[in-house]
Amino acid sequence: MKHLFLVLTVLSMLVCFSAPALADAHCMDELGCVEVGPDDPIVFAAILSVSGATSFYGEDSLGGVELAFLGRDGMLLGRDITLVVEDELCSAEGGQAAAQRVAADESVVGIIGTTCSGAAQGAMPILSEAGMLMISSSNTSPRLTNDNSDEGGTYQPGYFRTAHNDLFQGAMGAQYAVEVLKAGAVATIHDGDPYTEGLAVVMANTFDGLNGEVVFQGAVSKGDTDMTAILTEIAASGPDVVYLPVFVPESEFLVSQAANTPGLEDAVMMTADGSFAAGFAQNTGQAAVGVIMTGPHVAGESYNAFLELWAEEQPGGTDTPPSGFHAHAYDAANLLMDAVEAVAKEMDDGTLIIGRQALRDAMAAVENYDGLTGSLTCQEESPFKGDCATGTALAVFEIGEAQVNEGAWPPPIVWDLSMSMGG
Amino acid sequence: MFKWKTDEFSWVDFTIDILRILIVLGVVVGAWNTLSSGRISFAQWVNLFAAGLSQGSIYALIALGYTLVYGILLMINFAHGEVFMAGAFSTVFLAEALNRTGFLNEQPLLAILLMIMFAGLVSMTVAILLERVAYRPLRGSPRLVPLITAIGASFFLQYTFRGLYGSGFKAYPQVRILQGAISIGDINIPVVQVFVFGSALVLMLGLYWLVERTRVGKAMRAVSENKEVARLMGIDIDWVIMFTFGVGGFLAGSAGVINGMFRPQGVNFFMGFIPGIKAFTAAVLGGIGNIPGAMLGGLFLGVIEAIGPNLVLAGLGIPGANQLKDVIAFTMLVLVLIFRPQGILGERLSEQKA
Repeated sequence: MKHLFLVLTVLSMLVCFSAPALADAHCMDELGCVEVGPDDPIVFAAILSVSGATSFYGEDSLGGVELAFLGRDGMLLGRDITLVVEDELCSAEGGQAAAQRVAADESVVGIIGTTCSGAAQGAMPILSEAGMLMISSSNTSPRLTNDNSDEGGTYQPGYFRTAHNDLFQGAMGAQYAVEVLKAGAVATIHDGDPYTEGLAVVMANTFDGLNGEVVFQGAVSKGDTDMTAILTEIAASGPDVVYLPVFVPESEFLVSQAANTPGLEDAVMMTADGSFAAGFAQNTGQAAVGVIMTGPHVAGESYNAFLELWAEEQPGGTDTPPSGFHAHAYDAANLLMDAVEAVAKEMDDGTLIIGRQALRDAMAAVENYDGLTGSLTCQEESPFKGDCATGTALAVFEIGEAQVNEGAWPPPIVWDLSMSMGG
Repeated sequence: MFKWKTDEFSWVDFTIDILRILIVLGVVVGAWNTLSSGRISFAQWVNLFAAGLSQGSIYALIALGYTLVYGILLMINFAHGEVFMAGAFSTVFLAEALNRTGFLNEQPLLAILLMIMFAGLVSMTVAILLERVAYRPLRGSPRLVPLITAIGASFFLQYTFRGLYGSGFKAYPQVRILQGAISIGDINIPVVQVFVFGSALVLMLGLYWLVERTRVGKAMRAVSENKEVARLMGIDIDWVIMFTFGVGGFLAGSAGVINGMFRPQGVNFFMGFIPGIKAFTAAVLGGIGNIPGAMLGGLFLGVIEAIGPNLVLAGLGIPGANQLKDVIAFTMLVLVLIFRPQGILGERLSEQKA
């Protein structure tokens, strides 16, 4: 009896150890493979901000991803698609926790996320270590695609994004301020988030390089409603342009209270895509007229078709996308599905084998992909390592009466990089 | 102050005395540097003060809800910030409708009164339901239990309202008669700030009258003094507690509309969180359980927040002074807890209440 037990134990151990070995026999990938059984679904994860004050950004991207799946009837390579959604809370800790949950699930093929750059900094070391691949539709911090840690870079292998790098956006704001507004002095405000801080720094440095003077660099806190104190301080420094690349509603508070701050009557308010939300102009009221915004410029017939589909399907229960990165998310999800289609191998028993390194290589090889957000080419050189957007889908917008009174959105484009003297 | 000279020497007292001296020195040096640099003009200081007073009156209205409930049940209702949000968020739709029909600008006072009543009613309902569903079954259990429940209730309310109205930001329409400013010399005080301060004052006086001069107020005071004896006197305790929650809710709801006139943007399901914490701080500053204390604490906190960063921190050469506004608010809380735990107006509480 004792012997039988021993034999059974040894046998069962052999079976346990040899099963992965058998699978490995099919997998030649250095990072390992995802195996999808004949009747199993293909699992993707979304690490997005779906709770708290920034949840509408997450819902915006989630809608884009869902519509991309719907565009293929929820099927990939003849299997159902399953999406696991994890909340990243728009913070590094939240990103880290979400990444740990996702990395523990070996069936996850690829990830769409994160919403906030700060969360990506927490999530990427874990996901990269696990051999996974993440494509973000709304991270724009320059650090994430820079692999030089002396410059503050935090690039991790397996990271890609379809959102534009803020090196483009911040510089664009500075160029517009100098070339069109003829501004000589600028004040910048961020809110401590790596995204807003990065934009404020890039803008200030570019402005300084164009012989402008940076007269004030300050910050507010997320959740502030009373901006009187900082605006008073800014007024004392006498800027021509106030650059406030913060999120709504802080930007709404800043713009509406600046209108009542003595000394800031003639200063131009300029904000970025963190405030590129349909409600901004109406919420801010009359003070929003004349506000300059830099943000994603997505247009064209396929985009209009996308919006119609959104209105029909109403992902998340809204008629229109709540923010500006849904098209980027749609492109990200399609790129991910294309990459899976390109590298997946079907075994004789119907099992799919997807190599993790092969998947990363397929993403890195993307060239001139015709997406909703324009032509995408994933780059390999730092500081744009993993950047698939080229910055051409960006423009400068100016809010007018129609946006404030009639809710027309987006505002008219007043400038883009092709109009720059620098080319 | 220098107790150690007469009494037995104590390192704790000594450290606290050093801390006191350092704080006073820091405030004096910072203020002196700022004022002597002349970076900010007198008119700008007055503006900051007025804005702080308005913000403070909103904190005060919310803080009253904390203090009323604490006075009667000895519990901190951490879901009170959400009661404020419930009124403010629901009424934004009424405000939009009134604006569309033009009623808001034709009969502004009537419209605002209507909005305050509506928001008050919504918040009152939420507060009463909260008491009935979440707190009453736990009455008599250890004090940590209702506290944790309150935090849970706070999340429940946030995400219920997100489910109802969505996650996007809304804003109150701007009322024409509240635009512009009253000028005295080169000092311009925005009309809306006068309105905020005035209406908060009216509501606070109303509450004072209710508590001090009416029968139900007397019952509230009796229940807060001793529940068992009040019950023996024939007071329906459950009803009085429910009424207290209702009054606190009404004040929070009206604060929601007044806040909407003052800072129209940023209305969403999450908006109650920070004002809730600030108002709690204000209630503790003034002496929790003490009604005039909550009013004073709110005003004090608002003014300190508005003036503190520019006066003290900027003068000490601390970069990003304005981002440290919350640091000032919460440092005040810590200092009060160290030096005067009973709050500015609070009396020393008996063992049972403390």
